[in-house]
Amino acid sequence: MRTVPIADLLTAHPFFGGMSTPAIQVLASCASEVEFAAGSRIFKEGDPADACFLLTAGNVALEIVVPGRGPHVVETLHSGEILGWSWLFPPYRWTFDAQALTATSAIRFDAEALRAAKAADKELGYELMTRFAQVLVDRLQATRLQLLDIYGTAR
Amino acid sequence: MALLAEPRTALLDPMEPVPFRVRGIRDELEDTFTLELEPPNGRFEFAPGQYTMLYSFGIGEVPISVSGDASRPSRLVQTIRGVGAVTRALRNVRPGDVVGVRGPFGTPWPVDGATGRDIVFVAGGIGLAPLRPAIYRVLERRDHYGQVVVLYGARSPRELLFAEELQDWGGRFDVTVLVTVDNADRAWYGSVGVVTKLVPRAPYEPQNASAFVCGPEIMMRFAGQELESRGVAPEQIFVSMERNMKCGVGFCGHCQFATKLVCRDGPVFPFSEVARLLTVREV
Ligand SMILES: Cc1cc2nc3c(=O)[nH]c(=O)nc-3n(C[C@H](O)[C@H](O)[C@H](O)COP(=O)(O)OP(=O)(O)OC[C@H]3O[C@@H](n4cnc5c(N)ncnc54)[C@H](O)[C@@H]3O)c2cc1C
Ligand code: FES
Repeated sequence: MRTVPIADLLTAHPFFGGMSTPAIQVLASCASEVEFAAGSRIFKEGDPADACFLLTAGNVALEIVVPGRGPHVVETLHSGEILGWSWLFPPYRWTFDAQALTATSAIRFDAEALRAAKAADKELGYELMTRFAQVLVDRLQATRLQLLDIYGTAR
Repeated sequence: MALLAEPRTALLDPMEPVPFRVRGIRDELEDTFTLELEPPNGRFEFAPGQYTMLYSFGIGEVPISVSGDASRPSRLVQTIRGVGAVTRALRNVRPGDVVGVRGPFGTPWPVDGATGRDIVFVAGGIGLAPLRPAIYRVLERRDHYGQVVVLYGARSPRELLFAEELQDWGGRFDVTVLVTVDNADRAWYGSVGVVTKLVPRAPYEPQNASAFVCGPEIMMRFAGQELESRGVAPEQIFVSMERNMKCGVGFCGHCQFATKLVCRDGPVFPFSEVARLLTVREV
């Protein structure tokens, strides 16, 4: 069992870098520690996006089922990365399946509690949105490169 | 033929292909193979990162990097992707056939100058082949360096070059190997995503790291930017450029890249010198 309080873990993580202590306390109050066995499903496409996760160990595959071709892994996420942004925007449903590839630990944030905290404290909401926007931009850029097939031409 | 018995020195005309006998051909991937060539005088000295002009008699000549181990000069090893007339013709050679070789030419990966630093190799697709001699060199002198990291990206698990060697290196306690692919099904338990995503995950100290990047230009551009944004100095990031070549020795101007000739001033350049050019169309 981990002995470090969640608030300390959040403070030390670059994603939350620069956030005030009260804001971290609010986020920690929405959070719990969770574990997933290798091979287990974390969430399923179309289900309500009731959480987001900060991965603290392990590897997770984001999959999409292509009819006739089975599950296709679109991206993997690893320790230190954020999993899940569908909780931010209506209709709050997952757009991919997420599957633990290895034994995985994470800090799970309850989406409803986060949404309530964000609505109650606009500054906290802004801080969160800025950080999630950066994650989205990084993922979008990575996806664009994936689409460009950057190993396909020359060398 | 008397000249061929001499060591390869300036005595040889750099424009004159030397006949090397094919000793082995190994299929690496569907379109990629490795040739093992026997130098006529028994030795082929080169520095990691250098290339030769490889001549398929009657078809034509192409620049190909050396992919073998510089500490084993008895064979010239080159890994080739068949994309056109010459590279496909080279796949059809048989053991015992002869191909022409000029070189080695070009600037090396400056791994010997990076002693004491963390070493980050970033390769995409067949770009692992020109980097492999530098990886061998660093592993041979492993205790001269800090962290050693190999980051490799390919389209799919089927297109991972030198997969067994990657596994061997990854099995060492003193090397970190991270591999990622663009596309995979459930049978693949590794990473999926572009190679640039591995850059922040690897264990190295950016301020004390030298990075060696090889792959298509677009991949090198984004990998270079990612390394730089993590704090690796652009003068400590090295990339290997490709341009069509003819003479290979700075005579013809075919390989011009802005003010530089890739054959003579490169192919290995510091990212600080080429980063801007990598974003310009039609340089
Ligand atoms: C310094 C240097 C080192 C190189 N090292 C290697 C190496 O280690 N292994 C290797 O396989 N190749 C390497 N190359 C690339 C190789 O030289 C070319 O693939 C080759 O010249 C293509 O010649 P070709 O006659 O087979 O094809 P061409 O008939 O000239 O071209 C056929 C098709 O391939 C495309 N093409 C041309 N050049 C390339 C290229 N560089 N990559 C992909 N497609 C291309 C053309 O646009 C065309 O569509 C290197 C190039 C340079 C400049
Ligand atoms: S290939 Fe002739 S100048 Fe470079």
